[in-house]
Amino acid sequence: MQKILTGNESAAWGAMCAMAQVVSAYPITPQTTIIEELANLVAKGMLKAEFIKVESEHSAMAGCIGAQAAGARTFTATSAQGLALMHEMLHWAALGRLPVVMANVNRAMAPGWSIWTDQNDSLAQRDTGWLQYYCESNQEVLDTVIQAYKVAEAVDLPVMLVLDAFFLSHTYEAVDIPGQERTLGYLPPYKPSIYLDVNEPHAFGGIVPQDVYMEFRYKMQLAMDQALEEADKADEEFNRMFGRGYGLIERYHSDDAETILVTAGTATSTARVVIDDLRARGRSVGLLKIRLFRPFPAQLVREALAGCRRVAVLDRNICVGMGGIFAQEIRSALYHQPPERRPHIHGYIVGLGGRDIIPEVIEQIADDAEKRTVDDGRMIWIGLKD
Amino acid sequence: MAMHYKDFLRIDHMPHMWCPGCGIGIIVKAMLRAIQTVEWPINDIAVISGIGCTSRAPGYLDMNTLHTTHGRALTFATGIKLMRPDKHVVVISGDGDAAAIGGNHLVHSCRRNIDITLIIVNNNIYGMTGGQCSPTTPLGAKAATSPWGNADPPFDISSLCKGAGATYVARGHVGSGVQLERLIRGGLNHKGFAVIEVLSNCHTQFGRRNKLSDPIELINNIVAKTVNVRQAAKMSREELAGKYPVGLLHQDEEREEYYEAYKKVIQLAEAALKR
Ligand SMILES: Cc1ncc(C[n+]2csc(CCOP(=O)(O)OP(=O)(O)O)c2C)c(N)n1
Ligand code: SF4
Repeated sequence: MQKILTGNESAAWGAMCAMAQVVSAYPITPQTTIIEELANLVAKGMLKAEFIKVESEHSAMAGCIGAQAAGARTFTATSAQGLALMHEMLHWAALGRLPVVMANVNRAMAPGWSIWTDQNDSLAQRDTGWLQYYCESNQEVLDTVIQAYKVAEAVDLPVMLVLDAFFLSHTYEAVDIPGQERTLGYLPPYKPSIYLDVNEPHAFGGIVPQDVYMEFRYKMQLAMDQALEEADKADEEFNRMFGRGYGLIERYHSDDAETILVTAGTATSTARVVIDDLRARGRSVGLLKIRLFRPFPAQLVREALAGCRRVAVLDRNICVGMGGIFAQEIRSALYHQPPERRPHIHGYIVGLGGRDIIPEVIEQIADDAEKRTVDDGRMIWIGLKD
Repeated sequence: MAMHYKDFLRIDHMPHMWCPGCGIGIIVKAMLRAIQTVEWPINDIAVISGIGCTSRAPGYLDMNTLHTTHGRALTFATGIKLMRPDKHVVVISGDGDAAAIGGNHLVHSCRRNIDITLIIVNNNIYGMTGGQCSPTTPLGAKAATSPWGNADPPFDISSLCKGAGATYVARGHVGSGVQLERLIRGGLNHKGFAVIEVLSNCHTQFGRRNKLSDPIELINNIVAKTVNVRQAAKMSREELAGKYPVGLLHQDEEREEYYEAYKKVIQLAEAALKR
């Protein structure tokens, strides 16, 4: 079935196809319509799920954790301040090894108050032990929700998929909806390995002494390593069944390019147009899209960037005091490469607080990178007003 | 006293974002009149808010203002008041901001009896985010999160605050700006935690879903549910069902204000250290 859906509706339809059993959520702009669409789907009888009305995002995630621990497949969604408020519970879900799936609509953090997109909200949760996918289109949002459950439940870790505020959350596209029956062939019902079972009681959340805590963390790391393989498998299997695959990264005209731009989220679509245009004018440029950010697909990134001379990373985020976060990750992934496989890496800060990343801006970045002869590791701010 | 609203407003921030006919405007005007009549130097007042349609008010006020995070205005305000106990702190909050996400801070501010004046705009809904249930949405009412009618019993905010220890509790409504001004002034003059709950109309998000989308009609509907406290005192429980007593509901000038009590602890500690 095809429908014209917004990015937010696509997230809701994804959760519907995956037959989420419990939705626990709190409204925040620009996430609200995800939950409203889920309420519609439940009201129409298309999804059988319990909806928990809560008093804050902290309680929303706690509700998911409780339901998931009781053996249910859960879903929630939030944005910016809401995600920040969830922080304690994000750790809980991950360390509790509960495969909750959540959509986060990328919105800039306050103050000054903004409802527009940037990546600082989700990237600030980088170290909580959640997997993170960055989506580029509404179809990718829907498909990623379904893939997310597959991967999450295979490794017992929670997954966050991220979509840009307004550029994706509130714009319409034709979206193919696999439906529950076909999805069931890909994603079987949730069978937790351990849960609060009346027949076989378990205790969650106990105190862990110094001599075992580290081992818990180590097991999480092993699960993250495995998640990389599972994510790849989940995408391939999805492609076989539904004819759509995205990869963990995507290389666009990058194999022979001297300059490779790196993007995540909706800036990728704009960058593709710019690459086509620059290529038509004879410029040796390509694109690398990062779809999976945690676990970081370091080896794939190394291979994608090995042959080029320079990399221009577009960071719609800023780690104040250090620079763009995607640029940092790529630098550290490439550090151990021999010099001939280690291109210059230029980090660009762009599009914060929803400032539009238009083709001219991306072209300006490509021009700037091509002119640079030294790799000084400095952050470069694009489009700053005096 | 002639009222010059412009002296209190950031006119360059107009037009405001509120829907035509929204009750928040009536409430802000009543608050400004009350502030003018207590005759405090304007720079001695800080107005704090959380997030929501109501909480946008400080953005339009030409005074010391702090627009904080959803539900936490009272905690920011407590910090300000303890740093500058000689100054005046006013908080303006929606029912969701104050009683849902911020409910914890509400009851603890009441318990401490800190000298802050809190105005709660109770429009029975989350206005800003598009009409989801709040803790004051009536049973059976429709909201974006209750398309089949709300099943969660609502709070009586004024009773909650009285029970939690607030020493000035009043309820007004947008049908009477004059009464509201008087109740807010009483709260400003009170030394201790003062709560003024204001029954207000959100015709856009609450009214639209509940056959009351016309602001006047919704305001009339609110007014019809109110009964003066003095009259309420003579009414039976049955007669009062579904009614909201309005006026000054509770006042206690005896209980010690939080900073006054805190000062004594400081003095004790200082004396002990000197010994
Ligand atoms: C942590 C957090 N969660 C959610 C939101 C989204 N949000 C903004 S206003 C609001 C509710 C507003 O309702 P209310 O407090 O009753 O005020 P009103 O808009 O009705 O005046 C919500 C949920 C937010 N800003 N921050
Ligand atoms: S949505 Fe409701 S509370 Fe917000 S401005 Fe409009 S009428 Fe007022």
